[in-house]
Amino acid sequence: MPVTVFYDAKSRTVLAELSGDIDHCSAKDMRMPIDEEIMKRLPKQLILDFENVSFMDSSGIGLIIGRYKLMNDLGGDLIAVNPKPDVKKLMELAGVQRLCKLIYRKRRSLIGGMKL
Amino acid sequence: MKTKERILNRMTLRFPSLSENERFARLAVSGFISSLDPALDELSEIKTAVSEAVTNCIVHAYRDTVGEIRLEVRLLEGCRIYISVKDSGCGISDVKQARQPLFTTAPDEERAGLGFAIMESFSDKLRVSSKPARGTTVTMLRTLRTRKPADGKDS
Repeated sequence: MPVTVFYDAKSRTVLAELSGDIDHCSAKDMRMPIDEEIMKRLPKQLILDFENVSFMDSSGIGLIIGRYKLMNDLGGDLIAVNPKPDVKKLMELAGVQRLCKLIYRKRRSLIGGMKL
Repeated sequence: MKTKERILNRMTLRFPSLSENERFARLAVSGFISSLDPALDELSEIKTAVSEAVTNCIVHAYRDTVGEIRLEVRLLEGCRIYISVKDSGCGISDVKQARQPLFTTAPDEERAGLGFAIMESFSDKLRVSSKPARGTTVTMLRTLRTRKPADGKDS
């Protein structure tokens, strides 16, 4: 699965763990499960976890911008966590840090009692 | 783009503009240049640039249709890599505008408009030549700060 989605009711957080390569082809399949969970839960916070993302091109930036817009419309926040150095470099080049918090490690502390 | 350096090795691939070939294209380039022993960050940047160029062909040049993409890689003296991605699709009427960061003709599909900006950052030289209704050729040159000279001699 290129994306696994979790929800923590206490912190009203949706966590999406992305994995593999994010390109134009795979981004299409990642969008829908994340957006379905967001529309179902209307969370305060969306965490995108890039720990298992091995490659990303500008399609990944498009994925982040799209989710940012959705969360912004809901009055919530977006946080991107754990990108590998190459993915982080691309995010910073694209200015993703202006849209969302970028955190380079740890996410469990962010979502309190969330069991994975 | 004309290059003065002697060509040490080259390869050409032709494949249809199917989305699943984005991965194939960058892995093929990655495999071909591996003889130069590129550093991991260089390899990742080159793969990203190739992915952007091929995605442009699929999303823009051959929008709503499938056409042929021609990918050529040359290994030149001095650890220089020449990559060309050519399509015979719709072409770009205003290349200068298309190369502007954040310019996109497909915002509804979540295209960030960063393809050319990324290709430019991840190559030493980027050339885009295009004719409307004829097609587009994107050429990138990149010199590796590699440990092993491609010609097997110390440079």
